[in-house]
Amino acid sequence: MFRIALKMLFRDRAKYAMLVCGLAFCSLLMCQQSSVFCGLMTWTTATVRNIGAPVWVVDAKVEQANEIIPMRQIEVDRVRGIPGVAWAVPLYIGIEQARLTDGSFQNIQLVGLDTGTLTGRPMDMRAGRIEDLRLPNAVVVDQVAVEKFRRKGIKIELGTTFEINDKEARVVGICHVSRSFLGQPYVYTTFDRAMEYAKPSRKMLGYVLTAPIPGVSNEELAKRISSLPGLRAIAKDQFFWDTIRWYIRNTGIPISFGTVVILGVIVGIAIAGQTFYLFVHDNLRFLAAFKAMGAPNSTLAGMVLLQAFSVGFIGYGIGVGLASWFGNTVLAKEQPPFFMPWQVPVFVAGVIVFICAFSALIGLTKVMRLEPAVVFR
Amino acid sequence: MSTPSPIAVKVENVVKSFANGDSRTFALKGASLEARFGELLMIVGPSGCGKTTLLSVICGTLKFEEGDVAVFGQELRAMRNGDITRFRRENIGFIFQQFNLIPTLTAVENVSIPLILKGVSTAQAEKHACEVLEKVGLADKYKSYPSQLSGGQQQRVAISRALVHDPRLIICDEPTASLDSTSGHKTLELLQESAVRPDRCVIIVTHDSRIYEFADRIVQMDDGRVVGQFDDPSQLSHA
Repeated sequence: MFRIALKMLFRDRAKYAMLVCGLAFCSLLMCQQSSVFCGLMTWTTATVRNIGAPVWVVDAKVEQANEIIPMRQIEVDRVRGIPGVAWAVPLYIGIEQARLTDGSFQNIQLVGLDTGTLTGRPMDMRAGRIEDLRLPNAVVVDQVAVEKFRRKGIKIELGTTFEINDKEARVVGICHVSRSFLGQPYVYTTFDRAMEYAKPSRKMLGYVLTAPIPGVSNEELAKRISSLPGLRAIAKDQFFWDTIRWYIRNTGIPISFGTVVILGVIVGIAIAGQTFYLFVHDNLRFLAAFKAMGAPNSTLAGMVLLQAFSVGFIGYGIGVGLASWFGNTVLAKEQPPFFMPWQVPVFVAGVIVFICAFSALIGLTKVMRLEPAVVFR
Repeated sequence: MSTPSPIAVKVENVVKSFANGDSRTFALKGASLEARFGELLMIVGPSGCGKTTLLSVICGTLKFEEGDVAVFGQELRAMRNGDITRFRRENIGFIFQQFNLIPTLTAVENVSIPLILKGVSTAQAEKHACEVLEKVGLADKYKSYPSQLSGGQQQRVAISRALVHDPRLIICDEPTASLDSTSGHKTLELLQESAVRPDRCVIIVTHDSRIYEFADRIVQMDDGRVVGQFDDPSQLSHA
């Protein structure tokens, strides 16, 4: 009878198409919006992921990775004095203005890496060598800089020069890193040169990057460093999640995306629930005939459930497929942000199962109450 | 004098009522009848006299309050819901007034349903359904959908569906109500030819007097009771 149930479903083309489209649209909306939300959240942690240090030391008041409260450079030495520290290096991150050769300005995120070790260097160099940062006025720019400069008619290549706060910067490398949340290009240089580029201030140290010696965990080291007055040390993973949680708590982003996801669920329930109800209602007379012919309630329930979950499965597949295609397309351009962790399709599948179960339940209540004698009326 | 055939269906003083607001409307007020194997029995009477209710009670799709109904010796009252469902599946073939063919299934798929319900594989069921369709003259309509068939052809598909699993009782509710005179006549001819057998009982509810001639016996109902039985249809017209 299950084959019969599927034939009844697939051959009622209008309702079948409506059901599949409704569930596909619902899946697409939820999957795409959730993935863009996740993508946006990963952008907020770009600094943490690009630098990749095991433990980050910041001012005690810092709550998330994009909040920089400058510290004194002496904090590096204080951290080095903590037992269990394998190494500790300074990192400068600040927003500066780059002046291009045509006179236009571009905000950049200047990253000053420890001059000796270049800790936190970009791993994916597309042109040049990161070691060349030690050359005079050398900088390495990311793919966003190349793209943004190109839009202004300036082609960035090795040897291209521009100014940062009236001081010359010469491109010695082009790298590919995760985009920053604010979309400003990353420009890498050494910590010492970053001090020259940046506007002078008493406190210019953004972060201290550190790592534990073998046998000490990141968390344990972070705990030890945090005992220093005025400092907060956070393990990489915790810093990543603290940052995401901060954006979820303190911005309207989750509400905005959550609203669309809820809208997707409502649209799915409304379209799929209503259409499936109509489908069952239209077939009620035939289901009663099956019942009169000796089909038990369990068989009829199985038929209705199979029909509901078949459209759910197909709609889900199409929706997630379209969302993946969308993601694949935008990933090439890196905008808008898109990141689909496995939890997203699982979550969407759960919602679709709920919608199908809800739709089937509406139909089932009618089927279970159905008097087979109605076929004689 | 020949021995009468054994009794297939026995209905004794059945009472059935429906709730109607605060009051109850009695559809059957002590109806009794017998139907024998090898017999084509027609239940006739004016609209609202309880014919269809009696039919529903006989095939176990409707519970009744009083009286007894025995089909092939089995008391329906004593059977549980699941047993009645199984009993219908095994023993009863249905022909409905509106045919009740599934519009999204082909003729052969519609006919194969009772076999599939009995657990026969789809391939076997469809093979047997084709044979039955061939017997009713629809060999070239296997793959047709109900909407592609005339009323008479649809009723022949419905008859095939009622016969395909070889039931011992065929229940027909107004089988000619949706057909013109010629198609109705042909349908009864077909039913008489293919359904009536010594080991089977056919019960037809109708108020189409044009088909009374096909009955072996006619039971007349009025106001929820059986008020007359006639072995000769012509007796009914004089009654």
